[in-house]
Amino acid sequence: MSVQSRVKKSADNFLKYLIRDYQIYLILLPSLAVVFIFCYMPMYGVLIGFKDFKLKDGILGSAWVGFEHFGRFLTMGQFYKLVRNTFSISLYSFAVGFPLPIVLALMLNECQYPKFKKTVQMISYAPHFISTVVICGMVLLFTNRSGGMINNIIEAFGGERINFMIEPGWFQTIYVFSGLWQSIGFSSIIYIAALSGIDMQLIEASVLDGANRLQKIWHVDIPSILPTIIILMIFNAGSLLSVGHEKIYLLQNDLNMETSDVISTYVYRVGLVDAQFSYTTAIGLFNSLVNLVMLAVVNRTARALSGTSLW
Amino acid sequence: MQLFRSKWDKVVNIVNIAILALFLIVELYPLYFTLIASISDPYQVSLNNVTLIPNGFSLESYKEVFSDQGIWIGYANSLFYAVTGTLINLAFTLSCAFCFARKPAFKGKGIVTGLLVFTMYFGGGLVPSYLLIRQMGLLDTRWVLILPGALSVYNMIIVRTFYQTTIPDALYESARIDGCTDIGMLLRITLPLSKPIIAVMTLFFAVGHWNSYFGALIYVTDVSKQPLQLVLRRILILDDVLSELSLGSFSAEAMKDMVQKQALAVSMKYAVIYVASLPLLIAYPFVQKHFVKGIMVGAVKG
Repeated sequence: MSVQSRVKKSADNFLKYLIRDYQIYLILLPSLAVVFIFCYMPMYGVLIGFKDFKLKDGILGSAWVGFEHFGRFLTMGQFYKLVRNTFSISLYSFAVGFPLPIVLALMLNECQYPKFKKTVQMISYAPHFISTVVICGMVLLFTNRSGGMINNIIEAFGGERINFMIEPGWFQTIYVFSGLWQSIGFSSIIYIAALSGIDMQLIEASVLDGANRLQKIWHVDIPSILPTIIILMIFNAGSLLSVGHEKIYLLQNDLNMETSDVISTYVYRVGLVDAQFSYTTAIGLFNSLVNLVMLAVVNRTARALSGTSLW
Repeated sequence: MQLFRSKWDKVVNIVNIAILALFLIVELYPLYFTLIASISDPYQVSLNNVTLIPNGFSLESYKEVFSDQGIWIGYANSLFYAVTGTLINLAFTLSCAFCFARKPAFKGKGIVTGLLVFTMYFGGGLVPSYLLIRQMGLLDTRWVLILPGALSVYNMIIVRTFYQTTIPDALYESARIDGCTDIGMLLRITLPLSKPIIAVMTLFFAVGHWNSYFGALIYVTDVSKQPLQLVLRRILILDDVLSELSLGSFSAEAMKDMVQKQALAVSMKYAVIYVASLPLLIAYPFVQKHFVKGIMVGAVKG
């Protein structure tokens, strides 16, 4: 068969598939259009990070400046503070928010009173459905110096009242533990599901071999749910630099900025509020790329160490 | 399970229950405190005289909440966004997932999958998105809170996995032999057999729309179109409650009045938390098991 006829044949084939599946493409079209417009067109817009973008000139008309904006960000006085806060908030969140749902799941799994277990589950899932704005509102109310519930408790136990929200030293702790309160129950669901899937024979065998409760948890339960743990760990690691700016933005104020300002809140403030479009686009791109690299590295490491990975 | 009977295991058991009980209190108390603070006498709340049971009874704070015009507008807007947004999300996500679940695979499936999954991990970022929306003339329209997120790739993959694992291929084959088209199969076979996942997705989307605020903060400055969460932000975070509060006069009468107003402002915040969460609180007991189911489906590696 000549090359020409082979090309023609594959083109015919493609046309055949197109006709056979035209309804599939028809169904797919709106979804692809939305993704193209709202996900891929902004990626094209990333070009302005390398330009001196002016609204009247448009993306193509603005002058190129190369890596000037990246350089400006990397040498800026606040650079160190922003990166430090971003990393410390996300590592702190990870260190507290990742293992504790696993612990909760293991504890619930050991609980022998179904009604009590159900109650704990039902109540601990509930905060997950409260909105970020309301959670932050509750945080502000509870940490209030004169009338806040937390300060009332501190005083009842003989402590000093603390003005939490204006002390930079407290910000990250408040952020992390309010997040833990909100999500620990819901995050544990997936582990509880994995634990309930463990073969009873495995557990019985370990008991016959003389394992006590803690040994059973360590030698049967944890190894059984390890693949789930690793997959979720990779997911978490991929978003290490994209801390929840929606919540941070609501909780931060001029006085706790030293520990609360992160890359994404800076991008919002300087980019949209002060309209420095090019500069902040460059920062955003820097942030996304670091995330992407981080995800790939963690995924690869996880695959090498445990054979479990996202792709 | 009566497998563990040794003394040591009993100790572990008691410690376990004790810690869980403590955990339960920590999870529940903030919600409970908010409730009792909202129905107590505002003045007693301001004196920190409310801890375990309501002190005095007053619905003054709720009256104050409902007399706020902004809350009503926000409520109506949020209902609109949640209902319309959820319907559009469902239409996109359910139909798109069908294309990926169908056998034989359509030409180009691999590339399209790659293009969609890529958007889960990388995006243009805040500023380019904003400029695009602005250029398209979508600023301050209702569409801006509904269209950009119409297709959720993550949820689409969950739905696709559900389709693949619960609907047998033989059903499609026999339908095809009977002359059924793809659209016909989606409408007559796939959707009617997918009620559980549709329920789960409806809940995910509705909660997402009801609770989101950042999109509206960036794109919608017109107060008449703002969702409830932005109104809540004004009341709870920006503390813009009693604008009529004046510090002008310092007569004893005015001072007393002011203290009471301030107490009421705090109580109103507690009340607004419940008012805002009401639809979810009502739905929660009924939908709890569905949420759990949704996570399980998602956990099946797809």
